Amino acid sequence: MNIFSYALRIFFRQIKSTEIIILLVSITLAVAALTSVGFLTDRMSQSVDRQANEILAADIRLRTPDPIPQFWEDTAKRYDLKTAETQTFPSVVFNENQSALATIKAVTQNYPLRGKIRIAKELYANEFEIEGIPEQGKVWVDGTLISRLNVNIGDNISVGQTDLTISAVLKYRPDQSIGFSSLAPSLLVNIKDIPSTGLVVEGSRVRNAFLVAGEEDSLDKFYNIIVPTMPESTRIRNREESLERTQNTADRAQRFLSLTAVISLLLSAVAIAMASRQFAYRRMDMVALMKSLGARQSFVISITCIHIFLVGLLGVIFGSAMGFAIEKILIQIVGDLFATQLPNPSLKPILLGSGAAIILLSGFTLPSLIQLRNTSPLRVLRNDITPPSLSVFFISGCSLLTLAFLLYYILEDGWMLITVFTGLLVVSGSLYLIGLGLVMLMGKLRGQAGAAWRYGLANISKKGSKSVIQIVAFGLGLTVLLLLTFVRTDLIRGWQKTLDEDAPNYFLINVQRDQRQLINNLLLNANLEALTFVPLVRARMTKINNQDVKTYKFPDEEGRWMANREANLTWATELSSSNHLVKGEWWSKNYSGVPLVSLEEEAAMEMGVDIGDQLNFVIAGLEIETIVSNMREINWDSFQPNFFMVLTPGALDDFPRTYVASTRVEEHQKSVLHDITRNYPTVSIIDLNSILQQVKNIIDKASLAIQVVFLFTLAAGIAVLFAVVESTVDERRFEGALLKTLGLNRRTIMLGMLAEYTALGFVAGLLAACGASILAWLISVYFFEIDYEFSLVIWVYGLLSGIFLVSLSGLLATKKAITVSPLHTLRQAP
Amino acid sequence: MSFNNKILVAESVTKQVTSPAGDLTILSDISFVIQRGESVSITGPSGAGKSTLLGLLAGLDIPTSGRIFLNDNDLTVLDEDGRAGVRAKSVGFVFQSFHLVASLNALENIMLPLELNKHPLPRERAMEVLQKVGLIERRLHYPSQLSGGEKQRVAIARAFSTEPSLLFADEPTGNLDTATGSSIIDILFELNLNSTTTLILVTHNQSIAARCNREICLNAGNLVSSKSIT
Repeated sequence: MNIFSYALRIFFRQIKSTEIIILLVSITLAVAALTSVGFLTDRMSQSVDRQANEILAADIRLRTPDPIPQFWEDTAKRYDLKTAETQTFPSVVFNENQSALATIKAVTQNYPLRGKIRIAKELYANEFEIEGIPEQGKVWVDGTLISRLNVNIGDNISVGQTDLTISAVLKYRPDQSIGFSSLAPSLLVNIKDIPSTGLVVEGSRVRNAFLVAGEEDSLDKFYNIIVPTMPESTRIRNREESLERTQNTADRAQRFLSLTAVISLLLSAVAIAMASRQFAYRRMDMVALMKSLGARQSFVISITCIHIFLVGLLGVIFGSAMGFAIEKILIQIVGDLFATQLPNPSLKPILLGSGAAIILLSGFTLPSLIQLRNTSPLRVLRNDITPPSLSVFFISGCSLLTLAFLLYYILEDGWMLITVFTGLLVVSGSLYLIGLGLVMLMGKLRGQAGAAWRYGLANISKKGSKSVIQIVAFGLGLTVLLLLTFVRTDLIRGWQKTLDEDAPNYFLINVQRDQRQLINNLLLNANLEALTFVPLVRARMTKINNQDVKTYKFPDEEGRWMANREANLTWATELSSSNHLVKGEWWSKNYSGVPLVSLEEEAAMEMGVDIGDQLNFVIAGLEIETIVSNMREINWDSFQPNFFMVLTPGALDDFPRTYVASTRVEEHQKSVLHDITRNYPTVSIIDLNSILQQVKNIIDKASLAIQVVFLFTLAAGIAVLFAVVESTVDERRFEGALLKTLGLNRRTIMLGMLAEYTALGFVAGLLAACGASILAWLISVYFFEIDYEFSLVIWVYGLLSGIFLVSLSGLLATKKAITVSPLHTLRQAP
Repeated sequence: MSFNNKILVAESVTKQVTSPAGDLTILSDISFVIQRGESVSITGPSGAGKSTLLGLLAGLDIPTSGRIFLNDNDLTVLDEDGRAGVRAKSVGFVFQSFHLVASLNALENIMLPLELNKHPLPRERAMEVLQKVGLIERRLHYPSQLSGGEKQRVAIARAFSTEPSLLFADEPTGNLDTATGSSIIDILFELNLNSTTTLILVTHNQSIAARCNREICLNAGNLVSSKSIT
């Protein structure tokens, strides 16, 4: 007898049985959740790999805020290395009254030394690779910027004091970042055009980069000569370091998204475990019969294994197809947030999905397989004979091992596995205990309820742990959906509420000393208030208490970053209205002693610095020594120019400085900003409204994408419900038949079941509303640092959606048990 | 050990089970011999141990003590697969609750043991026995589309299809009305008469028991009598 063809024949006749459908749906959901996320992250990591050799557009990149030293150029020439230079800085570009913040990338002729630029002749035309850079007077512009400025190819845009013609859409440049791009889309320009823009003057915030490429040996020699001699402010990076950093970012994104998929996967696992018990139970009679007819154990087990394999295979096919389609939706939502066009996905995610399906099915159906193997043929004579129950330790051991193996397979990280696994055990354990408490409470309440409710509540408490699992599964899915739909908008609204209506909406940076009065004149002419300019001096911290910051032991990694980055210093006579003194005393108005410094409280803590400590800075090659005198808390939401470090007046008098200011400009007054940029191109104007809008846009899109992934969680929750109902459906059918013979009508039985699901949905909704509120409170207080307003909407929607979803799916699942006639139930034996 | 004409030998068979109330003896020291070609009924009141004895004789279960030989094979020393092998070769079953595979049609249900036995022409043989029980027209019907009597006729056809040397029937008319039950018994005995199969039949019904060559009567797990009827 051909086992495979026999198994196949039976399988396709049994495929409509509920337990197979539940198994199939659960596997499909698990695979779909994993592959949809997998396809997306695969495209991201492929993009990383594709860019691996061109991340720097060179083999070595040296970055400096200062002009490129001639020595670098000479050294590169000596070793026959190719070179190029770039200048990168932010600036607002204009087209008539439209303006947008852009990243200006000015490049020399050889750029890029590695990789190719891709452009298109029209906004949505096909892109192609191009040698060379824009001619003088021309500019290649990112598609996002073209849309924001409402311009076309051939139009002119104002970059500083000059007008440049858009000659192509910039689709890709090798050194662009892979991550989110919308905040400041880039604009590629010939470096020879920069002097005419007037944007780069002394003190401008420009990042100069020197690119080098060539033979490995020569590069090593170049590297060894340059590193010991380069100034403190220079950052050097080679290909390997860059690749590692970019891959780490892509890996993190992948792990986060995989984690969201893992929750759906775990719920699917619960549904699989339950459905496979029912799968085994329903096959016990057939296995006993086949054994009585002389079939060997290996034969019946082989048939069951083939059936499980077929469920897995179909699940992988359906799941992958669904995952592929969902990924298309995800990319529609978040695709334009990526700087590069993502490559087509590979088949790798299908392998990941298939692997997960195999692990899930093997681990969670193993106990059922063992039960089938142990089914006695004597069952053909005595229906009450069931195989000996497996130990709880064996079953939970199987499940936990499978989950651990599955998580390791997906996350590929031992420590992360331990963290996630422990977290999952704690969270699901707590949820389980809360659910158990509620189920027990319902059991007690049933005495006080009417007939239908008594029947419904009795059913819930009778099913004990199964009811709790349903509640937890639904509660978890609903929590995340509530959090992402209602709480997200509440939080953003809450944050916006904290912003003053009259808060400044534009920042002016890079203002030169002699431009202050001229800019104020322009504002006064436009009936706007004159600005208060705050000085800004760029410095680098060198020592803390006479110890080099490079060797200083920081209590916090953030502190190291804070001390080593370029510091923006200012001075002030009085404490700013948006600052609040928390430690020490503010200096007197006519202080003239040793330079004192006031630190932002958190920064001081992270650097491990206290009042009386000494901080040394280097500014334009000169060293200055300061003493910490007090600490401040800053209200960053005030949108006033604020500084981590404020010095006493006079301390910075001898150093080059620029000025910053903030102002509120209404829509109808915007032309004055255009005038400022036209007349004083070195001044950069940053539009806070559009940044706020773009941040909101990114949050909206990212949370919508996560919501899509969490819809799988909800679907998996419904699969769990169906699995639970299915595991009791025979019992329900007989109970229904019994109640009908006792004289209860169909309506009363239906009401009883409705009561059961309403109560389950109510409790799941309660758990979800509670969870979402706690999480929302934690996020507002600890992340956004705003007061959380208790929202009734979450509770109303939580409870309503819980009741609606659970009742609807529950009634659909039990419909058959109610509608079937009692006679049919009794005649069911084959 | 050879039994020549003896197809089934039970030697001091005892079956005990453990229950919360302590050990329970379901069968106690049962011994008998059944010859090839005999038809034997096992009778007794409810709870006498009839079905348990049938299960032990067919190798579906093993006794606590004693030995059972079926076609020279000591069932008590074989493992489950070994006993399944003996059943595949020599045993057919007819059950009270029919036990047809719901997802297979009538023809396929009959083909199942033939295929398990690697019969060279399972379809043809299944058609032949279906013809004998008068259900050739309904060969493609599934169990849910058949009446109780028809299901039992399919079960009888399945049992005889492999031409077993021993056929066990457990209350074959228990789930049928009197008229249908009587026609089923007619078919069973007619097929038995035309083959060399030994029939062992558990029944409450004295008139059915009377149609057998011999009656083994049990009461409270003990062999009360083993008498020839003809």
